[in-house]
Amino acid sequence: MTTATATQDTKTAPHAKRRARNSKRWGSARTYIFAAVIVIWCLLPAYWMVVTAFRDVGFTYDATPFFSHVTLDNFRAAFSTDTGNHLTRALINSLIVGVITTIISLLFGIFTSYALARLNFRAKYLVLGFILAASMFPGVALVTPLFQLFTNLNWIGTYQALIIPYISFALPLTIYILVSFFREMPWELEESARIDGCTKGQAFRKIIMPLAAPGIFTTAILAFISSWNEFLIASQLSNAQTQTVTVAIASFTGSQPHQEPYTAVMAAATIVTIPLVIMVLVFQRQIVAGLTAGAVK
Amino acid sequence: MSTEPQPGLAAKTDQPGSGHDEKKVAHRKEATQGRAASMLIAPTIIVLSIVILYPVVLAVIQSFQKDAGLDPKTGLFVAGGFAGFSNYTHWILQQCTASGVTVPCPPGNLGAQFWSSIGTTFFFAVATVILETALGFGMAVIMARTFRGRGLLRASVLVPWAIPTAVTAKLWFFIFAFEGIANKIFGTSILWTGSANPARAGIIIADVWKTTPFMALLILAGLQIIPGDVYEAAKVDGVTAWQRFVHITLPLVKPALLVAILFRTLDALRMYDLPQIMTGGANNTTTLSILVVQEIRQGKFNSASALSTITFIVIFLVALIFVKFLGINAVETTTVSGKGKAK
Repeated sequence: MTTATATQDTKTAPHAKRRARNSKRWGSARTYIFAAVIVIWCLLPAYWMVVTAFRDVGFTYDATPFFSHVTLDNFRAAFSTDTGNHLTRALINSLIVGVITTIISLLFGIFTSYALARLNFRAKYLVLGFILAASMFPGVALVTPLFQLFTNLNWIGTYQALIIPYISFALPLTIYILVSFFREMPWELEESARIDGCTKGQAFRKIIMPLAAPGIFTTAILAFISSWNEFLIASQLSNAQTQTVTVAIASFTGSQPHQEPYTAVMAAATIVTIPLVIMVLVFQRQIVAGLTAGAVK
Repeated sequence: MSTEPQPGLAAKTDQPGSGHDEKKVAHRKEATQGRAASMLIAPTIIVLSIVILYPVVLAVIQSFQKDAGLDPKTGLFVAGGFAGFSNYTHWILQQCTASGVTVPCPPGNLGAQFWSSIGTTFFFAVATVILETALGFGMAVIMARTFRGRGLLRASVLVPWAIPTAVTAKLWFFIFAFEGIANKIFGTSILWTGSANPARAGIIIADVWKTTPFMALLILAGLQIIPGDVYEAAKVDGVTAWQRFVHITLPLVKPALLVAILFRTLDALRMYDLPQIMTGGANNTTTLSILVVQEIRQGKFNSASALSTITFIVIFLVALIFVKFLGINAVETTTVSGKGKAK
């Protein structure tokens, strides 16, 4: 009997094995095909932006799929102020607003997140709920009252007119991401430091802060990106002096009226996007962790 | 002698480890932690109140104010006053006030666009969220597999997410230009932003391109929590791939998935950047946010305040429906991972 099954095994085995191998191979081939489709779908439009940015304006609608008629004129046009565009100033504005918003959000967010992650108190879930609701708040509901308020205060065209509403989304975002980072930290070390004679403040500064630094850094990047990418509030509460990059891109004008200067816009878009994409790719792992931990955009 | 501590005795002798005392200590601990917590949290609550609650209260007050203007009876300039719900009926019932008389809004008036913009907003939200969830799920399943080049896949997925929405809008505006690459590839000559359906399709495609990766990452995080041996066990038992998906993957990923859908829906309901930049709200692409901004641009702040309050209430109601009927506990789900460790 044993020999019978054994022979049967050897009879069927090669077929089954081959079939299994084939289906496995087909399975992984399918994975590669799907993966390739996703990569192409994600990168192709961005690639087209860069190709167009380097293409001579006379060949704006040329469909050549690779770099052709390469020129740097578009970048010169993007930075030129001749047609009323101020990309350089917009970049500086976005940088200033983004950095200050991020710093303020972190300043308040770190302490609140620490309390939410570490301490037990009755209103904890109420506070979390409030902050979550704040992060879902529609920006347009702030624009109407703030537009009037800031007009009366003569604040339109100042940085605070942008930074104050930006905090409304950057601070809840910061708290949500930081809370989940803080929860994952080895807090036993804090206790041991306390036992070894550190004060609570010292333990926080010397033990916790260095451990928390990567999480805080990631949070800072995400808060900065969210403020860099904001458009609705910036388009209503800024003027030519404080215009941010998103507004500058959206209202980019060419030398010919009624003719969209596509190549120059794509050059400006590339300039605005490249630093972000590089930053995101360098800190890819941390950013994905932060994004999914906070589960908020 | 007895291992069971006697409450009365324990309280008198203050014996350490007695149930009563522990409770007291725990209570005191919670009280001190509560005090510390309120010190740490209060600044944030104050800041959020200033940047969110204060403007909202201002908007609500203003939405009940009359526009300043000439009094039709006396011919004198009057500075507003209480308007009742007229700013709200302006939108919901599409009533306009013409020289003191309430009339249905003429077609050109923004008030007449309220219901169509509600329809547009929900159409965009439903269409994009369904597409992004379905495609995002597919992406997440592929990203969860182990194969050479997975790093490249995960990196490229982040590219659309990192690009600002304003740039995305300009980019797709160019792709969908009449002489643009989309028409060339498909051999069509559609004026994409020139009429309702192509314009809507273009906006949805741009939004799906930009946001599906984010959805995929959230779903991927949910997938990775599922232990691999569950699948192994099911495979040994001869469960087919489809059954594994329906009976194992879906139920286990459901909490993360629902939270992702909730966030995306609320985000989609406030859509502004893409339609504003791609079409300027023309051809039935005016969302609620765009309508509010158009009303501000006309200087009608009172009715704009009413509309932004309506927008806020609509989004709040949708969130409420999600939480009530789908049983999503966003607070619990987003915080549950560290619940055990938090103590």
